This record gives sequence, structure tokens and C-alpha cells, in this order.
Amino acid sequence: MIKNISNLGDAALYCDFGNDVDQKTNFKVIKYFENIKKQNIKGITNLTPSYNKLIISFDLNVVNFKELKTQIEDIKISENKIKQNQKIIKIPTCCDDEFALDIERLSSKLNLTKKEILEKYLNKEYFCYMTGFIAGMPFLGDIDKKIRLERLETPRVKVPKGAVGITEQFANIYTFESPGGWNILGSTPTKIFDQANEKQPTLICPGDRVLFYEINKKEYFKINGNK
Amino acid sequence: MEINKITVLREGINSTFQDLGRSNFYHIGLPFSGAMDKRNYLISNKLVGNKYNEAVIEFAYQGPLIKIEDGNINFAISGDVKFNLKKNGKLINGDCYKNYNLSKNDEVDIISTNNSVYGYFAVSGGFDLKKNFGSFSTHVRSNIGANNGNKIQKDEKFFIKDFNDKHANKSLKYMNSKIEYIRILKGTNFDYFFEQSIKEFTSKEFLVTKLSDRMGMRLQGPKIKNLKDTNIRSEGLIKGVIQVPADGNPIIMLSDHGTIGGYPKIGVVISADYDRLVQIPPGKKIKFELIELKEAEKLYKLYQMETENLLSQI
Repeated sequence: MIKNISNLGDAALYCDFGNDVDQKTNFKVIKYFENIKKQNIKGITNLTPSYNKLIISFDLNVVNFKELKTQIEDIKISENKIKQNQKIIKIPTCCDDEFALDIERLSSKLNLTKKEILEKYLNKEYFCYMTGFIAGMPFLGDIDKKIRLERLETPRVKVPKGAVGITEQFANIYTFESPGGWNILGSTPTKIFDQANEKQPTLICPGDRVLFYEINKKEYFKINGNK
Repeated sequence: MEINKITVLREGINSTFQDLGRSNFYHIGLPFSGAMDKRNYLISNKLVGNKYNEAVIEFAYQGPLIKIEDGNINFAISGDVKFNLKKNGKLINGDCYKNYNLSKNDEVDIISTNNSVYGYFAVSGGFDLKKNFGSFSTHVRSNIGANNGNKIQKDEKFFIKDFNDKHANKSLKYMNSKIEYIRILKGTNFDYFFEQSIKEFTSKEFLVTKLSDRMGMRLQGPKIKNLKDTNIRSEGLIKGVIQVPADGNPIIMLSDHGTIGGYPKIGVVISADYDRLVQIPPGKKIKFELIELKEAEKLYKLYQMETENLLSQI
């Protein structure tokens, strides 16, 4: 199922699953990721699954590219074992103008009312392709074709913690304050990444299903776990 | 039991606790972190008789001013660092790669790194800190690691686990190499760039800009022109990856890098040259040389042998 394995530098394998960004391809990446993680293969220091690639970092003192490549190539994963994760995580989201920083821009660029945008965005099941960039940030998809828009021309220096955004076919949540260029539609008071919980710090994992539902400002401040 | 405690009178520019880094969390967005210059980190711990993965204070450009609040400490500084000691009220010039004892009210003032970026301050017995996600290494951006994931601040106090001076008089003769050419391997998007640009990338000089920190090193030189696409689908990164965004100025991912990135990768710095790379300060120029994987693996073995050889001399 891996189309090609090449080296990324001298201490990582670059496993290529093709160029498609869809759930089918991503399932394969996640399956490999989970399988390799379970095996505790000697020398592997990190695994980074993404839409259609899996990067395996290793300790060059323990193993080298050629040896590890052979081991990974020998892993057999049957296609029919690939099943969707049924867990659905519901994310309360406040889309009040105070938090929906880019809804005006979306409204004018997409030629939709604010209400229409939110109707298309909220209460839909999204799939978590990957987490990362910043700790716990989920990359979710796919959003309605009618609300797809590219990133901001000039990214914000600071996107607030908890901001939920969209760009192209994806939705995400800023788990920490960070620079970023996604179109911000609202904010969630839910803590997505919990440093204190080392066993399960991330609320959303690759393969999970995520749904955003609307709450008002009063409910938002009542829950606020991002304070 | 005697309490050994230090106070930070000045925090320095970017002082954090670091160890060998944190593995197995890339998939949730936590970078490897850890000491930027691994060799100097290992040497500092060995000089004070610590375990190889004990937490030390890493500082950049200017280090902290530390006062011994209570008890005694035994310490060593590695890197290319200018520092003074105030011992019994007397001012002494400090030497790197040498073990010192200090007592209550003495001070160590880490003034600057010379023509380099990072230095390491290790104490015998180690700092009394808590691990987070399997490591002491501080990642400030996600608030993870020792000291609640924060940089070391003025007026903070830290305890030393168990002082002993049985390592006194340990030292090492070592000169940090300052060669500013860095060897790289082809990146996975090598063919995204014009031949002319690749030629320039591997032959011309690139300036290390001020926009460099533990996350990345931004370079300026001939613009690297893209012939395919200035973005790729976001995918995993590792330290040493050289990404080229649309503006044509390369960025090298360093130990605290974001775990996912969407710019084409022109190259990756070889593991053997990473310690040298991170020590090149802004304002200096670097040159890249393209080599093959086999050679990179050989150079790493050599680097590892040299490191072990140095550690065995202590």
C-alpha cells in the first residue's frame, strides 16, 4: 500500500501513499501508523502521519535507512481491516461576531449570508486526517464545497487559542495561540490539548470524527476551559 | 540534609532546561526539542559526573547570572562561552570545559557566547525538576517540559538534587569547530526547483538572519526559484529539513520546529553537521554542499566516534 519509501535526510523514512487527499488514502496512513507504533520497532523515535505521507524518524545510532526500509516494507496490512473509527467528538462553538473574525470576508467572497455559511459548516461530521503543527491541532475535513476559500493573503501574527477556522477543504482548531492564516469562524471553550494529561493529551486523534455545534456567548463563558 | 539552591538574578536571552529531547510525540504536534548542540550538552553532563540525559540549562547569546542561595554547587559550562565567577567576593575569569565549586553567596555570570549561539550549564547531581511527556526538555510554545514549560525567569529558584564534589578537577581540552559549510542531502521536493537555483543553492553563500531561534533558521541569499508549486500538501517535518516558501528564502527546521509543514523541501542537513549548524550566529554566512546518503551515514559514524572519544577523555 505504500507506493514508495525514500529517505528524508539520513535519519528518516519518507513513506509516500500517493498524492490524493481523501479519507481512503488517509486511512491507510493511519493504519500503518498504528501498526508500526504498536510494534515498538527498535530505533524508531517518531512517527508523523499526514494526509498521504508517513514520516518515520529513527536514531542513526541504532538503525539505518536501508535496514529500517526493509522492515517497513515487510509489514503487511490487509485492506479489509480498514474500518472507520465510530467515535464522534462534539465541539461546542460560539460563532458570535466577537469570535467569527473572518465571517464578513467569507460572506462577501463566497456570496453567502453569515447564516448560510454557518448552516453549511455546523452540525456536519468531519474526519480527522492528522494532528500537529502545533500541539494537538486537528486537521479536519471535508467541508462543504460552497464554503471553501483559500487562506488569508496576510496571515495573522496571533490567532487566539480556541479559534476554529476553515481553509480549502479543511477545518481546524487553534489549540494554542499561534500565527496562522485560516479563516476564523468562531471559538471553542473546550480544551483540545491538555498538558497535564500525559496519557491522552489530545481530545481529537487521527481517524476520529468531529462535529461543531453552536453555543451562545453565555454558554461559552460558562464552559471556558481555555482561560 | 543540606539544601543546595540557586537563584536566577538575570535570566539571559533564551535560557531553558533541556535534555536529550522527547521522542514519540510528533504525531500529536510536539517537536523533539532537546539540547540544540547535542555534543556540548553531553560533555557538560559528563564534566560534572551526571547521567548522560540529566537536564542542564541551555542559554543563547547571553546566559543567566546565578547566585548560590544556599549550600554548594559543582558546575561546568560547555560551548564557546565567556563567563565570570564571584567566589568569596573575588572575581575570576571562567574557563569552559572545566569543573568548579561554588558556595553560598558566590555567583556565576554567563556573559556571552563567542561567535556562536548556544552554551550549557550543568550542575553535579542535576536540577530537581519534573519530567513532562518523558523528558525535561522545555518547549515554550506548547508549555511543556521542566519549569512548567517556561523559559527560566529572573528571581526563580532551583534546587540541586544532591551536591557532590567528587568530580572536581575534571576538565577537557576541546575547541569547537567553526567551519561554516554544511553538508546536505537532497530533499523530497528537490525537483520543484529550477536547475539554476539548485546550482546557486549548493555553491553560493547564504546569510543567517536574525529571524533564527530554536524553531528555525531563516536564510537570505540568491532567491530559490520554484518551477512547480510553492505549496505542497502539509506533511511531517524533521529537524534539519530546508523548506523554501514562495518568497524563495530557505528556512531550516531546528529542534523546536512545527511538526507539520506545507512548503517544498529542497534539502535536509545531515545529522553529523547539525550541532555545528545550530551554533552559527546571525550575520554569518553559510554554504551548502550536496552529498549522498552513504557518505552522510559514514560522516555520522565519524561524528559519533569523535563524541565518544571526547567523552571518554573526561
